[in-house]
Parts: sequence; C-alpha cells; structure tokens
Amino acid sequence: MRQILLFFTIIFVGLVFISRLFYLQVYSSPANNLYEDNAIRKVYDYPKRGFVYDRNGTLLVSNQSSYDVMVIPREVKPLDTTEFCNLLKIDKATFLKTYNKAYHYSPRLPSVFVSHLSKADYAVLQEKMRKFEGFYIQKRSLRHYEASIGANVLGDIGEVNVRTIEKDPYYKMGDLIGKQGIELSYEEELRGKKGIKFIQKNRFNKNIGPYKDGKFDTLPTPGKDITITIDAQLQAYGEKLMAHKHGGIIAIEPSTGEILTMISAPTYDPNSLVGRKRSKNFNKLYRDSIAKPLYDRSLLAQYPPGSPFKVLNALIGLQEGVVTTNDKFTCSHGYRYGKRKMGCHGHISPANMNIGIYESCNAYFANVYRRIIEKYDTPYEGMTIWNKHVTSFGLGDYLGYDLKIGSPGRIPSGDFYDKWYGKNRWRTTFTLSNAIGQGEVEATPIQLANMVAAIANRGYFYTPHIIKSIEDQAIDTKYTTPRHTTIDKQNFEPVIQGMFDVYNKGTAASLQVKGLEICGKTGTAENFVKIDGEKTQLTDHSIFVAFAPKDNPKIAIAVFVENGYWGSRFAGKIASLMIEKYINGSITRTDLEKWILTHSLEHEYAKPYSGQPFKINGQTTLEVIDPEEIKIAPQKPTTLKL
Amino acid sequence: MIRETNRHFSFDWITIIIFMLLVGFGWLNILSASHVGDEIDYLDFSQPYGKQLLFIFLTFGLIVLILAIEAKFYERFSSLIYIISLLSLAGLFIFGKNVNGATSWYGIGGMTIQPSEFAKTATALAVAKYISDLQTDIRSIKDQINFFIIIALPAVLILLQNDAGSTIVYGSFFFVLYREGLSRLYLIIGLSVLFLSVLSLKFGALITGIIATTIIFTHFFLQKKKPVILQPILITLTAIAITFGVRFFYENILQPHQKDRISLWLRLENDPDKLAQMRRDILYNLYESEKAISSGGFGGRGFLEGTRTTGKFVPEQHTDYIFSTVGEEWGFVGSSLVVILFVLLLLRILHLAEQQKSQFSRVYGYSVASIIFFHFMINIGMVMGLIPTIGIPLPFFSYGGSGLWGFTILLFIFIKLDSNKINEW
Ligand SMILES: [Zn+2]
Repeated sequence: MRQILLFFTIIFVGLVFISRLFYLQVYSSPANNLYEDNAIRKVYDYPKRGFVYDRNGTLLVSNQSSYDVMVIPREVKPLDTTEFCNLLKIDKATFLKTYNKAYHYSPRLPSVFVSHLSKADYAVLQEKMRKFEGFYIQKRSLRHYEASIGANVLGDIGEVNVRTIEKDPYYKMGDLIGKQGIELSYEEELRGKKGIKFIQKNRFNKNIGPYKDGKFDTLPTPGKDITITIDAQLQAYGEKLMAHKHGGIIAIEPSTGEILTMISAPTYDPNSLVGRKRSKNFNKLYRDSIAKPLYDRSLLAQYPPGSPFKVLNALIGLQEGVVTTNDKFTCSHGYRYGKRKMGCHGHISPANMNIGIYESCNAYFANVYRRIIEKYDTPYEGMTIWNKHVTSFGLGDYLGYDLKIGSPGRIPSGDFYDKWYGKNRWRTTFTLSNAIGQGEVEATPIQLANMVAAIANRGYFYTPHIIKSIEDQAIDTKYTTPRHTTIDKQNFEPVIQGMFDVYNKGTAASLQVKGLEICGKTGTAENFVKIDGEKTQLTDHSIFVAFAPKDNPKIAIAVFVENGYWGSRFAGKIASLMIEKYINGSITRTDLEKWILTHSLEHEYAKPYSGQPFKINGQTTLEVIDPEEIKIAPQKPTTLKL
Repeated sequence: MIRETNRHFSFDWITIIIFMLLVGFGWLNILSASHVGDEIDYLDFSQPYGKQLLFIFLTFGLIVLILAIEAKFYERFSSLIYIISLLSLAGLFIFGKNVNGATSWYGIGGMTIQPSEFAKTATALAVAKYISDLQTDIRSIKDQINFFIIIALPAVLILLQNDAGSTIVYGSFFFVLYREGLSRLYLIIGLSVLFLSVLSLKFGALITGIIATTIIFTHFFLQKKKPVILQPILITLTAIAITFGVRFFYENILQPHQKDRISLWLRLENDPDKLAQMRRDILYNLYESEKAISSGGFGGRGFLEGTRTTGKFVPEQHTDYIFSTVGEEWGFVGSSLVVILFVLLLLRILHLAEQQKSQFSRVYGYSVASIIFFHFMINIGMVMGLIPTIGIPLPFFSYGGSGLWGFTILLFIFIKLDSNKINEW
C-alpha cells in the first residue's frame, strides 16, 4: 500500500498534464497561420486603385492622398498642447475628448486622432510632427472624381464592414472596398492585390525584424484601369436637363448593349462623399426622404410603362398571325367591353396598325391584345404565350447587367392570374390593361431602354452593361452574346414605321430634329401615393422611349420624368435633345433645351407634403406653361467641368 | 576481468538514456528560446545556449567522477555532506549575491553557483542515512521531530533567502517518510487541510464550516463502535478553526501579489472580462506561456519556428518557462513526449529503489524520485496554469549550470548506489 502512493501520484499527474496539453494544443488551439499570429505584425502595402475612364478616354475617377493624424496613447509624452491644437485646428476640449476615446479603445494600438487633413495643414504639420511623440501621420488614398457627374454609376468606396471581413479573408479591418456602382461591381479588378510584410514582434510590441527574412512577403499588384461605356458628355448633358426634375434616363448603344448614360435625378456631386465631409453629406442625402437622391431611379424605379409597351403587342400580334398591318379597328373615343370602357382621344377611325401606333389608339391595341390571347383555347394558354414573347425582350426579370442593384419589373403570366383570381376564374378582359402597358405590367427605365434597343436591332439585344474594357482583360462573353427575341425580323419594319410616324405626324411631331430619323413612343403612367392613409392620385409620370437613326441605330433611350404629366411634355423633349446631342454633338432644337432648362417640377413634388389639397394633371398643366412660372423656375444650370 | 565487465554494465542504462534525452532535448529548446537573430554560434559563451552547452559538456566529467567514487563513500560521508551544505546555505547571508530579489547565489569569478540546488542531494543523503540507522523508529514522535529538523533546516535557510519555490520542494520528503512507515494520519490531516483551505477560499468559510461539520458528524453516527462524543466535536472545532484561519491568512497576511496568484488559480473573480484583464496584467508570464503552448497545436511549429519564442513573448522562457518552448515548437506530440519521458524516468527510479537491498539506497532512491517529481509537477503545472505561479526549474531541461549539476549529482549518486547492489550480497 505504502509503495504505491507515489507511483500512482506520478501516473495521475502525468495524465493530468497530457489532458491539459490536449486541451490547450488540440482542443482550443487557435488556427495556426501567419495571418492570425499576433506575434507577427502584418504590414500591408496598398496598391494604387485603378482609374476609371469613359468610352472616349476621358478620365472620370482617379486617386488623391489624404492624411490622418494617428495616436498611440501609451507612447504619448507630455507635449505643448496649445501649439498642437493650433496646428490641428482643434480646441483643447476636443483634444482631450479624442485622446481619452483613443486611450479607452486601446492604449497600445493606433487610433485616428484627426482624419483627412487638408494638404496645406499637412505640409505645416509634417515638419513639426517629430516634437509630438506618440503621434504620427498616416497617408491614405481616397478617390477623386474628375467631374461631378455620374454619382450613381461610379459609386464610392468606404471602409469594409465586419460581415464582408468574415466572408472574405482578403479584407482586414479598416480596408477600403467598393460600396456602390462600378466600384462595387469591379472591386476586384480596381483594387488590385495588396502586398504584405510579416514582421516579428517582441513582447513589448516592438518590431525586431522581418519574419524569416521576408520569405513570405509579397509585393502589391496595382489595380487595373477600367473603361466604362458611359459617354461623359452625354451623361453631363442629361444630368443638366434633369435638374429640378425627378426621374431616370437610360441610353443604350443597340449594336453592343453598352450603356451610354445612366441618369438618376436628383443626383449629387460624388466628391461630396469623399473625405472629411463624407459622413455629414451622406447623412444629408440619406435623410432626404422626398427627393431620395441615393435611390437610383434608372435601375430601381419600377413603373407601369404605359403606351411604349403597346408596340410590343403590335409585334406579338404580327408574330402570332392574328393581325395584319392592314387590319382596321374602329375607335369611338375608346373601347367598350361589357359595361366598361377604355377611353381614347379623338383621331382618325378606323385605324390600321400604323395609325394605331402613331396615334397611340387604346381601342386598336385592346383589339390586338384580345386577338392574341383569344387565339388559344383558354386565356391561361394565351397569357402564357404572350408572357413568353414579352419576357424575351428582357422584361419581367433582372436583366443581368453588371451593376449590383435592380428591380425585376413585372410581366403577368397565366399562372399570375390563376393565383390572383383562382384557377380558370378569369377572362381576357380582366387583363385588358396589359394591352396599353398599364395594370399589372411594370418595368424599370433600363428595361424599357433595352426593349427599345431590341426593337431598333429588329429582334435581338445584348445584355446591357457598363464595362467597356479592363486593361488587357476581355470582358465577360455574357455581354457580347446576342439574346434573340421571339419576334421574326420582318415583323419589326411596320412597327418601326409606326414609331417613326410618331415623330412625323403623331404624338411627338413637335419634337422633330432636322436631319435625324427618330423613332419614338410617348407614354404616361398614372401614379398614387398614400397621404394620411388615403390613396391619392398625383400628376401622371411623363415617359418617352426612342431610338435613332431609324436605320443602323446608334442610340436607344428611355426617359422617365416623375409627375411630368404627358409623354412629349418633359420626357419626349429630353429624349430628343439627348439623341441630337449624342448623334450630332450639338443642339439645333435650342427652343426645347431652353424650355427644359427653365422648367422645374419641384412645386409638383412638394404638393403631397404641403398638407394642403392640390390639383393634378389637366388642372395644373396650364400653370406650368404659364409665363409666371418660367420666372420662378430657378435659372441655375449646373456647371459642367467637361 | 569478468567482474569488471559486469560492474560496467550494471549501471541502469534506461535511466541514463532518459537522462540524456531530456538534457539533449532541453538544450535544443534553450537554443530556441535564447538565440537572437538567425546566426547561431554554438560556442558563443555569452549566450545562454552556448553556456549551457559548456555546462552539459562539464556534466559528463561530473558523471564520471560520481560513478568513480566508491558507493560506500556517499553513505559514510552523508552527515558531513549535509553539514557542508547547510554551511554553504548559511554562508549566503554573508557572501551571497542578490539576483532577482533572492540572495541564493555565490559569485565566483564570472560564474554564479546556487547552493540550494545541491542542498537537496545533501538532505536526501541525510534522510536516508538517518532512516537506515538501526536505532531509528519512524513511528516515534522523537524521530519524527528529528526528521522534521533535518528537512526543515535547509528549507528554512532557503526560505530566508527569499526563494519560496525551492523551499516547497522539501515537502517532497513526505513521500519518503510515508513510504518508510510514517503514520497515515499525517496524510489524512494534510489532505484535509488542503481540501478545507481550497473550499474555504473558493466558497467562503461559513459554507465550508457547515460542510465539514456535516461530514464529520455523519461519519461519527455511521460508525458502529462510537468513540466518545468529544472526539468529533474537537475535530469539528479544529476544522472550523482551519477554515477561518485560512480565510484570515488569505485576507490579512498574504501580500497582494500572492493573493492575486491564488485568486486567479481558484478563479475567485467571476467577471470574465476582469479575470482576463487580471490574467494579462498579473500573470503576464503565465498568460503568454499558455498562449505559446496553445499556438503549438498538435504537431508544433517546428524547431526554431515558434514566433512567440522568437519574439521572446514569454519572460524567463529559457529557465522556468522552458516547457512553453516545447509546447510552441514541438506541439502536443513533443510536449506529451517530455511528460512521458519524465513519468518513465520517475517510475524507473521508483522501481529501482524498491529493488534496493540496503535501506539507505532505497530511501535515497525514493528521495530522488520524490524531489524530481515535485519539480516536474510544480514546473509544468505552473507553465500550463494548473497551479499557482511558483518559480522552480524543470530538471535537466531548464537553463542553468547549478540546476543541471545539482540534478545530475542527485540522480547519478543513485545510479552509482544502484549499480553497487550486487556487491552488497
Ligand atoms: Zn383611339
């Protein structure tokens, strides 16, 4: 008995030790790599972020340096605070507050003391910095926007958030990452790859030399310059035209699917979100719930497209063989079905397809639409076929462009109505609004522009995209492969002729540009808001789609102006001006330009927030054109740096 | 001729091989923990690894000398050795050199010698000698007091030099005396006091007192042949006195840093943030050593590859905290191997001790195992955070000439005694 006490104690202690070792080294051992080893300091070498050029080689985005004063509280020695505060242009209270905050965060680790010094302050401070132990200046790179355009396209960069860091180990706390626009879409190309140096630390957190003689260190790979499809001149012009209006414009080059302009109004100067004033300005934009400047209307806003959608029904009618270009339909100020009536304005009747399109006759398209759906045994079948045709134009789903935000739009199908009304409990007439682009049909400006591009191409389109080239790298083949619609080529000509006649003698006759064969289509969309819980109608949205020239089209465009009333009133003028500007480089219709620049819709947008009863559409129209209003409209065109 | 060969091979080679493995592996880790930069000059005697290499080299001379001396010499001169050892400890009060707050060193030329490392061997010899005396009866109080004096004299001298860690090692002689017939009562009392102390510190004196009373009285009433009621009452009163005494000692007598060590060991602080903060501030060494061991993982980072070792994150890593280097660079595999080597060495010594024919050799062997075991248990237990911080070296492993030679002498005297057992027939 006495012999075994020590014997077992030894074995017991041995087992306890091995269990403890197992716990420390196997069970709870940290992941063993250099990156997570806190005995090794990782110093990153950030490469230059790629520049951004427009389609004509104009530099849009470059980099600028910014200087932050950093502090390591533990290393701070007594200093002349008065002098230091003067240099930094802060008061003593701020100094103490910031210092205590940094100390509280960590006495050992660096904190930002004053961020984004101006170049002048930096120059003065740099020479005196040695006097202030524990403080140092850290350079960082910010974006610089050469022109104050395209905030929604270019996007911005900001500090990476924790969720991204957890998902992608490339990013470390404090790294910058593309947050929106192309900075987000082409983050990986633009950022390059940062280099890293591993430095062995000792227990006093001091560097004692490169780890393993720098065997694992890497050099940074610079970010790639990219060229985007945007035409900066056109973008700037469009933004100028859209001043004092809300809405969106998308212009596409039909032969390539390249997005020429992408405008969301109101917009803001992208430089206002760089540097010291960023958070203040961002909050201001973010809180503006009326104008919503951060909401990209060109990609996100989803509205009933109205009349421009009619041309699709004409195309489908021809494709399905239910109508010829010569078939005529009577219009008696509208179309009656059952006890209901879809109204129309006065025009030649009966109307064939050409007249139907350029007069935008509701009765004509109601008839065509019914023939399409009723060609099949059940409305369900008819709707399914119709849906297949419409969605082949890129409507009703995300388009697949290379920006990270969007809306799917909505194109109803047989299933949609089965769900809505119950199986087989609906008829064609229930869905008749689809004939004229209202009711359940909804689309975004970029979808409409793309639809027009597909018509301009006579039956196919390229997925719209913003990237033109990335240095030596080819762009995704997704953007160079045509997507064909379900409509045969020959069916496009009569429809395009109709759209051409919209300019010749139809709803856009007043918008003609001499020497340009423009095909277009006006549209309006009713819209409602809730005011004090009550559904209230506002002035209609003004919509216009167009492409030009008629043959070998160079530009397809969709313009959308919120509460602009009718199609040719705002959107049509803007579209015509944009087309002329893009194709001819200069403006002959200066009358249209002047009108657009001198007319504001701000008072229209203020109405729902006024708390007063207000009038819409016809009742406000006259007021808008009233000479008085021209006087009150701000005569302050945006300055263009280009 | 034949006899000579037998004698030559009668040294216990298993013990010697384990000894050499530990010394060799220890040196590799000292090299890792003490080298600076990538250049290593093995003969640079200004560096710990260079010095230790010299110490190891000299150790072999020492071993030859110990084995060459007649075995009877150690028994015969044990009293003298003990007295010289006591004198050398006492001499420190006059000639001692203060290193890190402890006056436990003699400075001779450029070298320092720590007599306490040799005093353990001397005490072991003295204890063995006294037990093997035919007149000694360990059951008599008088002899028990004598043993206490033999062991306590060097222990007190060392304690007075502010080297509390080395003092605790003298507790290892309890195993020896117990093996040789010391009453079991001492074991029970010892364990009870330890149990009550921990319980009292962790849960408070009152709860501990109630628990102790309940246990003692339950035990009393369950006994068939009940002793007088006075017995359990007296035991209970003693237990309660200990309970409150420990509490009082902890609150009022211990210095703050000692209190903190115990408080951390028993996790007396409940707030995890505050606990982590205390661990970082007060037990910085332990915190870093645990992290270094942890970062070794299963297979370790490889020889000279430990970043915490290279960065000298663990203070005193080549001396008391050498095991954390093993942990970081050799991982679970290497660390377990060291633990296993120690366990094998200890069991082997115990096994040999039990086989000794002379009581002197047996007691001495037992003392050797007990002393090395105490160092092993306290050092590795401390480095891994299992027991409060007590600074004593890991035998054969830690840097230091006195330590290495002290343990070598301790062990090889036993190997010599063991090899001689044939002659005692
Ligand atoms: Zn009509």
